[in-house]
Amino acid sequence: MTAQVSLSGVTKAFGGRAVLRGVDLDVDAGEIVGVLGPSGAGKTTLLRIMDLLEAPDAGRVALRGEPSSPAGPTALDQRRRMALIAQTPVVFRASVFDNVAYGLWLRGVPPEEIRGRVYAALDFVGLLDRAKEAAAKLSGGEQQRVAFARAIVVRPEVLFLDEFTSNLDPANVRLLEDATRRYRQETGCTVILVTHNLFQPKRLADRVTFLLDGRLLETAPTAEFFERPKRPETRAFLSGEMAY
Amino acid sequence: MVDWSSTLQVVSLSLLVAATSTLIGAVVGVPLGAVVALRRFRGRNFVRTLAFTFYGFPPVLAGLLVYLLLSRSGPLGFLGWVFTPIGMILAQAVLVVPIVMGITISAVQVVEKRLQDTALTLGASGRQWRTTALHEARVGVLTAIMVGFGRAISEVGAVLIVGGNIAGQTRVLTTAIVLETSEANYLAATIFGIVLFALAFVVFAALQRLQQEGIV
Repeated sequence: MTAQVSLSGVTKAFGGRAVLRGVDLDVDAGEIVGVLGPSGAGKTTLLRIMDLLEAPDAGRVALRGEPSSPAGPTALDQRRRMALIAQTPVVFRASVFDNVAYGLWLRGVPPEEIRGRVYAALDFVGLLDRAKEAAAKLSGGEQQRVAFARAIVVRPEVLFLDEFTSNLDPANVRLLEDATRRYRQETGCTVILVTHNLFQPKRLADRVTFLLDGRLLETAPTAEFFERPKRPETRAFLSGEMAY
Repeated sequence: MVDWSSTLQVVSLSLLVAATSTLIGAVVGVPLGAVVALRRFRGRNFVRTLAFTFYGFPPVLAGLLVYLLLSRSGPLGFLGWVFTPIGMILAQAVLVVPIVMGITISAVQVVEKRLQDTALTLGASGRQWRTTALHEARVGVLTAIMVGFGRAISEVGAVLIVGGNIAGQTRVLTTAIVLETSEANYLAATIFGIVLFALAFVVFAALQRLQQEGIV
């Protein structure tokens, strides 16, 4: 079976400092994969490369077997099949409705369809009654829910979550994790979650991979990863003995 | 005594010249500012520094250059624009365009840093992203236009040189103040000053209202 997202031999350096050193990863369609690693391990760079925001220095990235690159002729089409939710929510100077509708406008979806899809997405994250409010005036947690609705409204095949709940209170963390689970269940979307939080992949992911110093050291189904880690570095990270 | 009919004419011409030069400043300066802010090209930093340097460009020098361009012996002398409102508009546009452009560059660059990745990850093409950036920077862009209008309506050196301060033809509020002051008609000069201030206040109040609507 062709992987939904495939990386082989991906390397990336910034200013001479290697951030990714030959990363290989295949993520199947409909899977939730957690990329776990300490701060500075290269997690965000890995996500940006998969989402075509950054080009690797070497290696290959493919979406359903088609080669992907930010400068490639199909980059826009490919990017429109994915969505990313960043750690800090960024909203446009517009209403909640307009923020969520943005990706649909970009794709030329007819206005009558936009309305229904935006309200359905807002309902999904519990913000149906906030549609007309200015997005910038919402709390951080609510803004992140707007960002989630804005990402799923375009029905992405792949959803990238970059430490997406690390600044949120427990209620919003739970709400967004539930939303992620439900969204995957209803659509079969592939989810790639990067985090340094041990508990989130445990709750959400089917498989977990450990990234350290730009290398994926170990990948395993979630239960096996946490219960029987093979590498000493993974064990040190999971037990809290790794200082970073 | 103040001649109210000629005062009205001076007020109208002041508004016409300042508003038209501001419009030119907006039509030319906003897209140029957006291009400089969002496109990577050789000499970009130089263009940006040049625009900022023009903030301090002396109006009398702008007036002199435009005058030399438009005077009978100048390269554009055949147009017959010297000592006309068109020449005055041109001189003020020379001052307004860099201001609008420079402030637009700053406003759009702030937005670029904050929003570019978000727009791209949601599927924006290059052109869609540039439109989004300009829309997001609308408060800053309106500020650029307001500052440009402020420069135009209060400017005296350039319009004096290019317009010649001819009564009934090229006299505007600022040049009228200069003339009345030089003739020791301080009451008339003060009245022109108050009218200029009131005019600027009304225009800025309207622009500020627009700006507030843009802040969501």
